[in-house]
Amino acid sequence: MFHQNIKIMKTTIILILFMMLSLSSLFAQGYKVGDKAADFNLTNIDGKKISLYNYKSAEKGAIVIFTCNHCPYAKAYEDRIIELDKEFKAKGFPVIAINSNDPELAPEDSYDKMIIRANEKGFTFPYLFDSKQEVYKIYGAKRTPHVYLLEKNGGNFIVKYIGAIDDNYNDVTAVDQKYVSNAVNSLLSGKNPDPNFTKAIGCTIKDKNYLKE
Amino acid sequence: MKFKILICIIFFIVSAQKSQSQNYQVYNFNQLEPLLNLKNDTTYVINFWATWCKPCIEEMPAFNQLHLNYISQKVAVILVSLDFGNNYQSRIYKFAQKHSLKPQIIILDDPKSNIWIDKVSPEWSGAIPATLIYNRNKRMFFEQSFNYKELEEKLKNFIE
Repeated sequence: MFHQNIKIMKTTIILILFMMLSLSSLFAQGYKVGDKAADFNLTNIDGKKISLYNYKSAEKGAIVIFTCNHCPYAKAYEDRIIELDKEFKAKGFPVIAINSNDPELAPEDSYDKMIIRANEKGFTFPYLFDSKQEVYKIYGAKRTPHVYLLEKNGGNFIVKYIGAIDDNYNDVTAVDQKYVSNAVNSLLSGKNPDPNFTKAIGCTIKDKNYLKE
Repeated sequence: MKFKILICIIFFIVSAQKSQSQNYQVYNFNQLEPLLNLKNDTTYVINFWATWCKPCIEEMPAFNQLHLNYISQKVAVILVSLDFGNNYQSRIYKFAQKHSLKPQIIILDDPKSNIWIDKVSPEWSGAIPATLIYNRNKRMFFEQSFNYKELEEKLKNFIE
């Protein structure tokens, strides 16, 4: 009888632990500052695959930006993303842009239209298509544009800043805080970015599974 | 002289039409914030949206219907537009006319969103559509799309 009780208790404890574990994995969505960023291997607009960990210009790190064609916030930041790449590629922090939208939900964000838009704007950086919609989930990107600033440490890329490009999508002349630019400059001078996390209004990443929720 | 009067009349008509299409209040967050924290007997359903946001537009009929179905109860549906850029007043007006939107529409024009997103809800990443439902006893935030049934179910948590 006593043994049976212990057995039941053990099973209950194991069950509770299991439930807690599965709950925590449910809430642990995406990266936090300090996490190691996973590699990705996605098709660029020139048809070639680009992998983060084999990307040569990413000498010190990379500015990974989840963005797209159609979203007005993403459009508002196109020129500023080009500027970021121009300023920081030479310093070892190139921009890598990723479109994770499902073109069936956002026809303007198809691979063909990505090529057209990149040519129109003269993108100086890779613009990758996350066709399986896996990378944005691993990173935890919620909106476009959404920046993950990574720093190379040994062989790994470590997340150092997550958030917005700056604090005014509407008017570049009214920007007070150039979050990403300041964050990269902090890393270049051996400091951690402050702030290392910001929020901004943006478009949801268009995913059939997400919309069903 | 007659010609001048005609010009005046035309000008009057045009400007009257213009004002009709541009009557939404534009708030910054400090002006909007009290609306998100009222302590009366009404339940507020506050939806953050924009005319260019496809999932927002798709769920708009649900919010409209909720407003109409609960018009006699202490429920207020408020649509907070985050539209920006050229002619956003008339863009919203045209959209509202086309879909016969009856709830109150307010425009939130405050680019410093890093400061105010957490004040709406710390759970909000900043993506739209997003909906806040609250009354003096309870507050819930949803970063998701709704159909009518789901939206009404959420509201029922507040009014029953």
